Amino acid sequence: MNSTTEQAPALPVARRVAGPAGGNASGSGPRKRKRIRVPQQSFRSRLRRDKQMLLMMLPGVAFLLLFFYIPILGNVIAFQDYQPYLGIGDSLWVGWQNFVDLFGNPDFVHAFWNTLYLAAWQLVFLFPVPLVLALIVDSLISTRVRRIFQSIAYLPHFLSWVLVIAFFQQMLGGAGFVNNLLRDWGMDPIPFMTNPETFPVMVVVQMIWKDAGWAMIIFLAALASIDNSLYEAAAADGAGRWRRMWHITLPGLRPVIVLLLILRIGDILSVGFEQFILQRDAVGAGAAEVLDTFTYYTGVVGGGWSSGAAAGLAKGLVSALLIYGANKLAHRFGEDGIFAKQVR
Amino acid sequence: MATTFFTRKPRELSYNPKRPVWKEKPSALYQTVKVVVLIVFSVSILTPILLVVSTSLADTEQLVKAGGFVLWPERPTLEAYATIFKGPMVLQSLGVSMLVTAVGTILALFVTITMAYATSRTVLFGRPVVLAVLFTLLFAPGLIPSFLMIRQLGLLDSLWSLILPGIFGAFNFVVMRSFFMNISGELIESARIDGANDWQILWRIVMPLSKAVIAVVGLFYAVGFWNSFFNALLYINDHSKWPIQLLLRNFVVQGSGAADQLGITTTPPPQSIQMAVVVVALVPILMVYPFLQKHFSKGVITGAVKG
Repeated sequence: MNSTTEQAPALPVARRVAGPAGGNASGSGPRKRKRIRVPQQSFRSRLRRDKQMLLMMLPGVAFLLLFFYIPILGNVIAFQDYQPYLGIGDSLWVGWQNFVDLFGNPDFVHAFWNTLYLAAWQLVFLFPVPLVLALIVDSLISTRVRRIFQSIAYLPHFLSWVLVIAFFQQMLGGAGFVNNLLRDWGMDPIPFMTNPETFPVMVVVQMIWKDAGWAMIIFLAALASIDNSLYEAAAADGAGRWRRMWHITLPGLRPVIVLLLILRIGDILSVGFEQFILQRDAVGAGAAEVLDTFTYYTGVVGGGWSSGAAAGLAKGLVSALLIYGANKLAHRFGEDGIFAKQVR
Repeated sequence: MATTFFTRKPRELSYNPKRPVWKEKPSALYQTVKVVVLIVFSVSILTPILLVVSTSLADTEQLVKAGGFVLWPERPTLEAYATIFKGPMVLQSLGVSMLVTAVGTILALFVTITMAYATSRTVLFGRPVVLAVLFTLLFAPGLIPSFLMIRQLGLLDSLWSLILPGIFGAFNFVVMRSFFMNISGELIESARIDGANDWQILWRIVMPLSKAVIAVVGLFYAVGFWNSFFNALLYINDHSKWPIQLLLRNFVVQGSGAADQLGITTTPPPQSIQMAVVVVALVPILMVYPFLQKHFSKGVITGAVKG
């Protein structure tokens, strides 16, 4: 049925003309990979053979160590009373104390719930938008209209959050374009940008503005890979537009939807850091404080390094659990999830 | 059979924009809804951009009459731009942004290409190791430890703090690597038999075959460097080292809009000055956008979505 979308997602077809050369070193799998060399010599001769390849990895490995893995280890300061002048080596160990303090801190608890609240808004109202847009675009017959719309819709993805917020301010801010018009017409201005209660709506609208068009691209790719003969056969059997969508389009999109949902869920606690830090002053910490901004203001601005790190670590662990759980759930429903195909 | 966005259904591209016979004509209602959605979405994207550009170009008289914003400048003037470039701040921050973007993109391409090539073939270890590493990249080390690392390296208030953390992106790496993996193995093997070493293979064979993907990934990195503002907020205190995005944030978004921040005394109204700064940050993106679009519509990016 949907085997087409489950195939190896392809790069330009012209590149794939050559068949696999050599065996598949990582074991079997539905996916054929070209392997040039099959490791079979001794470790030392392989080392000599791969010297240059390993040398090429050095810059990347150095980066990963310096800016990824060592900082991950740096999270130990969450269990310390970290003092910059003492350093990680000499700061006192306090065990779980920072976490105990955090969960007793109303600001943190508020940031935590606020994060989940905003994440729920995004999941419910943001996630379906690109899908709907993609279905509409895919149904367009005129490629001209289609291409023009895509050009417009993808653009905001490449604008920085600073620009996006600047645009929104000029349009909807207190002295912005829309409110000026309202005043001219003798109406009261609407505080779009500064009302804490409608902030979640604003957040979702901004995200739709910036990224919904771009997120469409993945759905469009999946839609293009659904075999047209399926539609044709279904139509011949008398299935109407909506039945075709229900029985062909949506099942065809299922793997992509599941994959994106998993990524979304794993990312759910990072509800949009820059977006919030840019607007926190305008709407207040009550509405815009999320775990990431809490970490920033407590740790970097306030100098509470250890509690900031503890908040960051708590967030990271919960995210990791969420990714793991979502992936498990996807397997249960017979989907691939992340990386599943490659590891299998 | 493997499929790609836009490569598999040329029918849908441009050659034959006809409705397939089995597809019924949509009802008027459905058609209207579609058109309205598309138009509302497009207009909502274009209006703010038009508003900002127009306001930056409008002259004082029209701006005052319109109450601050115009959708079309009647007598376009570059006064606001002349003013912002008189002071040192905008030029300086543009210089910083350009430098960071240029150096960052080159370094990032170097690191990503070498890493992608070296992991695209089985070396000492095979795919499981690479995939395990990739999996860890789904997580983030956290803000505080990253900050402490930069401080430990003595990079605070140095432009390197804006460059180094951005020179390797997991997504770009995956795109690049899956492209390299699809390059014919025989080609590389025959080069090796002819005596080429890995650097030569990369430089003479793999890279020329991968121009498109290198262009896309390079543009992605460039856009990322140009757009990043949070690193500067974290690591840079010195005003003379602010990139344009941070200037934009402090000058426009935080709404002070005080012209003396830019080291200038203002004659055009503050609105058009602010908008001119916005446009200055926007233009480079608009300039590379056509290239970006040309390449990702070839399916370079979508092909690797799950790779």
